[in-house]
Amino acid sequence: MTATAGQRARPAATYDVDAIRADFPILSTRTSRGRPLVYLDSAATSQKPRQVIDAVAGFYATGNANIHRGVYELSVRATDTYDLAREKLRRYLGARHAHEIIFTRGTTEGINLVAQSYARPRLQPGDEILLSALEHHSNIVPWQLVAEQTGARVRVVPVNDAGEISLDELERMLGDRTRMVALSHVSNALGTVNPVARVIELAHAAGVPVLLDGAQAAPHLEVDVAALGVDFFACSSHKMLGPTGMGVLYGREALLEAMPPYQGGGDMIGSVSFEKTTWAPLPAKFEAGTPHIAGAVGLGAAVDYIESVGRPAIAAHEHALVEYATERLSAIPRLRIIGTAADKVSVVSFVMDDAHPHDIGTILDDEGICIRAGHHCAQPLMRRFGLAATARASFALYNTAAEVDALVRGIERVRAVFG
Amino acid sequence: MATMNELYQSVILDHNRSPRNYRVMENADRHAEGYNPLCGDQLGVWLKLGDGDVIDDVSFQGSGCAISTASASMMTAAVKGKRRDEALELFDRFHGVVTGQRPAAEANLGKLAVFSGVAEFPVRVKCASLGWHALKAALERQDEPVVSTE
Repeated sequence: MTATAGQRARPAATYDVDAIRADFPILSTRTSRGRPLVYLDSAATSQKPRQVIDAVAGFYATGNANIHRGVYELSVRATDTYDLAREKLRRYLGARHAHEIIFTRGTTEGINLVAQSYARPRLQPGDEILLSALEHHSNIVPWQLVAEQTGARVRVVPVNDAGEISLDELERMLGDRTRMVALSHVSNALGTVNPVARVIELAHAAGVPVLLDGAQAAPHLEVDVAALGVDFFACSSHKMLGPTGMGVLYGREALLEAMPPYQGGGDMIGSVSFEKTTWAPLPAKFEAGTPHIAGAVGLGAAVDYIESVGRPAIAAHEHALVEYATERLSAIPRLRIIGTAADKVSVVSFVMDDAHPHDIGTILDDEGICIRAGHHCAQPLMRRFGLAATARASFALYNTAAEVDALVRGIERVRAVFG
Repeated sequence: MATMNELYQSVILDHNRSPRNYRVMENADRHAEGYNPLCGDQLGVWLKLGDGDVIDDVSFQGSGCAISTASASMMTAAVKGKRRDEALELFDRFHGVVTGQRPAAEANLGKLAVFSGVAEFPVRVKCASLGWHALKAALERQDEPVVSTE
């Protein structure tokens, strides 16, 4: 099944959210205060279906061995399992080659890898790295580090009051000294979907490669890295139903081939001598040391799960939830939604007069409702909106309209306390 | 188990709505900043010390939740007129109670006892202690911003 915009808008009537919820054991647990869990913090980390938990446990129970070295059957099987997970991620992200899929610890490591192995050798004093004001700290700090190391500088494309980046500004800022554009595909704090296809087009027209921080996009959107023509795309397993400590960096083959290794160690070498060490071919060159094999197995099971439900169906369901939450929260007096971009997924961020996000979070927690309260690791963005923090509800394939109603009832309790 | 009503008692809500001694102090003898990296809350505490290290005046200002704002506000009211060593001793008692290391009943906190319920909300302990850490840093002349890390 190929995805189209039409399929994304498919009505949610055929979507069996109860069956999906039954796959996630944690969703039927209760808090220590005896409340059913209302988990609205999937942008921080998603919950895991039994299929992922079983895949990880099953690997340890019957498939565990180190990969790429044992001559025995079990190791060969573990290697095959690991390689199969890579192939699943290749398909999920739309990469041409499995060796363009590098397994990492997460989005953060993927971005650091690109900053250090791709950008650092190329950057000269005065060169520029373009980011946006929407970025998560993980797509700011690695660039600040490499800027400090090379004398390059970080420049920031502004966002408007709706939380959308300015393409005009981006185009203006793309100049002779621009060496990299690094942008979130979807903002973790506001849910804004950035116009990444257009950004890539503009950047490539200026001869500048683009890295997308896909941490919030990979769980929700149909991503096709080859069709987008993006140079690097980093995402995290734990935000897309998979295990923590696992992630993917996609890189275009030609760029990855030309890059030096990020870390040295076992598994990433061709041969080692004290005179001259050679590197293993892709993707092993970037996977020093024994990798998170069970993590790859779990992530593979996670994308299988997502695809079994269907990304267009998930997108339609989540879109309806965001619309419904936006409508209900907008009706609450003295509550303001932060981030009103035309294209949003998964996230509704808000502030209330008289009640700080932390207090909102504590009172909701008492009701079993899990939201994020704080700066969402996006302090520059918070400053852009003149805020120290927001409260953020974020949705995944297993959330329901009834949970949005619970959130609204919880907010009424916040009002009762704070007036 | 403490309830929401015990956490958000009316005296706390009142100090949150109308924080006492809420201003930047001109010509302060001491100043320190407290910062909570978890939520971005940040506040400054200013002191004037008189003869015998008595806290003649104390103020605070910053951005924070109800617990951190009310706690800092009530802290300023509690330590004004106290000697430096008395204020530091009160810090220890308050800190012991909100971190759950000391029973509220024996800590003699007076009005500050309204924060004893915070001990049951581990993620809010650093909110209640933020202003106090800044006070301690100011009294001990730490120039670096203090980070509340309970």
